[in-house]
Amino acid sequence: MSQTDFLYLMPLLILTFAVLISMLVIAAWRNHKIIYVITALSFIAAFGSLFELRTTTAYVIEPMFVIDGFGVFYIGMILLTSLLVSMLSYAYFEQREERKEEYYLLLVLATLGACVLVISTHFASLFLGLEILSISLYALIPYLRTRPRSDEAGIKYLILAAFSSAFMLFGMALVYFSTGTMVFSGLAQSIAGMQELPLLLLTGIGMILIGVGFKLGIVPFHMWTPDVYEGAPAPVTAFIATVSKGGVLGLLIRFFMEIDGFRYPVLVTILTIVAIASMFAGNLLALMQKNVKRILAYSSISHLGYILVAFMAGNQMGVEAITFYLVAYFITSVGAFGVVAMLSDKNSDAELLEDYKGLLWRRPWTAAVFSAMLLSLAGIPLTAGFVGKFYIIAAGINDQLWLLVVMLVLNSVIGLYYYIKIIAVMFQQPETEREPTIRLRPSIYVASAGTLAVLALLLVYVGVYPTGLVQLIQNVLVSVPEIVAK
Amino acid sequence: MILVWLIVILMAGGLLAWLSKKVSPELPRWVALGAILLDLILIVYLWISTEATTGSAWLIRYDIPWIPQWGVSFSLALDGLSLLMLLLTFFLGLLSVLISWKEIKTKVGFFHFNLLWVLAGIAGVFLTMDLFLFYFFWEVMLIPMYFLIGVWGHENRTYAAFKFFLFTQASGLLMLLAILGLYFIHGSEAGNYTFNYFELLNTPLTTDAARLLMFGFLAAFLVKLPVVPFHSWLPDAHSQAPTAGSVILAGLLLKTGAYGLLRFVVPLFPTAAVEFAPWAMLLGVIGILYGAIVAYSQTDLKRLVAYTSVSHMGFVILGVFAFNEWALQGVVMQMIAHGLSTGALFILAGFLYERLHTRDLAQMGGFWSKAPRMGVVALVFVMATLGLPGLGNFIAEFLTLVGSWQANNWLTVFATIGIVMATAYSLRIMQKVFYEPGPQQETFRDLNFREMLIAVPMVLGLLWLGLYPQPIIDMARPSITEQLQAYNMKEPTIAEPKTAVLQPEPEATINTNQLAINQRAFSNLQIIQSPN
Repeated sequence: MSQTDFLYLMPLLILTFAVLISMLVIAAWRNHKIIYVITALSFIAAFGSLFELRTTTAYVIEPMFVIDGFGVFYIGMILLTSLLVSMLSYAYFEQREERKEEYYLLLVLATLGACVLVISTHFASLFLGLEILSISLYALIPYLRTRPRSDEAGIKYLILAAFSSAFMLFGMALVYFSTGTMVFSGLAQSIAGMQELPLLLLTGIGMILIGVGFKLGIVPFHMWTPDVYEGAPAPVTAFIATVSKGGVLGLLIRFFMEIDGFRYPVLVTILTIVAIASMFAGNLLALMQKNVKRILAYSSISHLGYILVAFMAGNQMGVEAITFYLVAYFITSVGAFGVVAMLSDKNSDAELLEDYKGLLWRRPWTAAVFSAMLLSLAGIPLTAGFVGKFYIIAAGINDQLWLLVVMLVLNSVIGLYYYIKIIAVMFQQPETEREPTIRLRPSIYVASAGTLAVLALLLVYVGVYPTGLVQLIQNVLVSVPEIVAK
Repeated sequence: MILVWLIVILMAGGLLAWLSKKVSPELPRWVALGAILLDLILIVYLWISTEATTGSAWLIRYDIPWIPQWGVSFSLALDGLSLLMLLLTFFLGLLSVLISWKEIKTKVGFFHFNLLWVLAGIAGVFLTMDLFLFYFFWEVMLIPMYFLIGVWGHENRTYAAFKFFLFTQASGLLMLLAILGLYFIHGSEAGNYTFNYFELLNTPLTTDAARLLMFGFLAAFLVKLPVVPFHSWLPDAHSQAPTAGSVILAGLLLKTGAYGLLRFVVPLFPTAAVEFAPWAMLLGVIGILYGAIVAYSQTDLKRLVAYTSVSHMGFVILGVFAFNEWALQGVVMQMIAHGLSTGALFILAGFLYERLHTRDLAQMGGFWSKAPRMGVVALVFVMATLGLPGLGNFIAEFLTLVGSWQANNWLTVFATIGIVMATAYSLRIMQKVFYEPGPQQETFRDLNFREMLIAVPMVLGLLWLGLYPQPIIDMARPSITEQLQAYNMKEPTIAEPKTAVLQPEPEATINTNQLAINQRAFSNLQIIQSPN
């Protein structure tokens, strides 16, 4: 490796060092605040180092990584989201008895894994990233061990994630067996001339897709989502919903664009079915839920379905739409789970619809932010979610995917019902005055409240004036020939 | 730039009203009143100052790029039709604030925030000339309306609010698909991707595409209007909303549907619209008769008024799909007159509810002697609703029927029967509430000063529309001829309806006039761009 290689890998190196430093500091002196500051600073530093990498051409580190505009943008998105999650975590963990410091360590590690995913071009680096992410999550999900459902969630995720990793490994082995290469571009070259995929190769790619599908939580690999969302601490749920899924999605886009999987009708058919099934399953199952975290879990399944609609477009506009939607979705999800985290008390998360009854009259600002987030998820104008959904529909119509687009519209209406239901609950007059919950020192809340305010402002800004973001996304995609060529 | 101010004042006023609640619980009302009054003054000023420049359909235009990558611009334009609609919007908005003065006691700040944002959305819909922006405003007006119904409504408010929201949102999304379809078809034909209304106007469409796209637009507008069988959200929403909400729903929100038909469906899809016209007119007539019959059998006063809206909106769709100037003038008149008369009836229901805490007609009766002022005012409103000559609705319905006769004789005959039915249900209101002896009320006070301040402008407005409608007709004419341009060019196909025997003589002269105006309007089309 040359010196420039190190320069280009700087964000990853910063995160790695942050983990080491945190570990040493914990060994010497346990202090929540110090570890929190180290974490936040390392995310900021890693993000800052990205400005050095704003190149128009792709930089390849043979054979593992490629650092191009797409990758830099996704890393930036992941880092900022992790930063926001860590900001929300501080107040959340401050009121808990457990040891808090290792949480940040795992959070940084998981972020590192996600960053590795979005720039990898080789099965080895892919698997490495995926496992760093997964293994950190194994520990993060049941982090509050004394909670009733956290063990269930942790073990469920452990077993299923291990299972899906096995699938993925086997798929890679099959692909390697058929083509003799583990590099994406090599794979693309060897199948470039094929009209149809041979069975063995198809099985291999299919198994890789199973692994990816599990991480994304799309139908039929969505079973873990509601349980894990419910059992994990609220900030971790926010992390799973955004960083973990975003990283894998970035990988999926790169992989599929590189091998040009849209040429094969069989893959297209499978993905179309998966997209439609995800939209319907997510929305219909969410209708009957009484638990806000589970509602958001099911809604995330359907949102991944929406994203797959743009993915199926398989051209530059589709990738732009996905990237835009992801930004909107990240803002919204972190905001929504941030509100959940903020309202949680010492013993349990604020997850039942009951907990939100009359919230508008008790805590108007929190309720307003939560309403904005839910309206964004529903795709109502003035919010980022609207522009995102618009972009996806436009990408779909541009590629004449009428079936998918109509299904998306249909699902938007179904989805509206349960988002509005939560808002309606917040607007109900509480029958009895609840005894005021004991609050922590206000200074602790500053980080959470500030983060939520920033997220709400971003949400409206992107919703009202999306030009800047669209321009940015179009610019960064220029450096990715596989996408622009389409 | 003045057009932007119209919207910005409302939005900023809304935020200010919400925040001002902290200072004083009464302040939001004054802020809201001030903001709407300012807008009303602006639009009246525009009306007076633009009378000199007749001949050009578009009075003011304002264009700045918003999302240039997608060809979206923040494009607003004002013509006679928009101007009239805006006048109605701000007038009814002002009255809505006044009637809420005593009715709304909880969350005053948030109420006025929602009220002003609904009005902002509606004003945006009437002004925008960019389809993306149109959809944007179309949705912006939904959420605050949902809150108005859901928070301050009557006993069954949550259900009603849900139903309203899901109906309008679902139909709106279909319109979004149609907008995008049109966008991409125009983009691939003409090479520039844009949502601009004026550029999309002359998009060449295949028959099938035009049909599908038109149905996308129609879905949104027919649900909003509403046309039977898509009307079922309306009685619930109207009867559960607070008075101000009902007034805005009936007076303004329904009009956005009618406006959409006039502004988008008619000029964008001339061929497909002509194909669909007989069916649309049939739906209109069914609406007129069905609404009237169901209205007659209601026991809930607000529900009754809601069904009269269904009936009256039938005339709108009947008129729009007759494609001639008579009918469209009638439609415009109907939009304004119905906004006033139905708004007035809801206000009346609000007055009664404030005194009796019921909307049940069986609980009312004998108020004529107890509250003579209310009785007289109510009589005027009811007479307007049944279409008595001298009041606004008569002119509207007369013009519509004259116009639709030229397009379809038999349907017009049935529509006329609807007016007879209107007499029946309107008089029933008068009979039940004011004349028949009812349960004894201990105290029943007459209208006070504030309430007279609300009712009298309504009465004057209706009288003015009925006695001297010429300014409205003059104002609307250039934009109506503009909307009908596509039809006049291929006059033969439309001017020969299946029942062409009864073509009246004046038609020919009107059409030549129209053509002359069209050409003038077209050549004079001036684009006044704001300096910034």
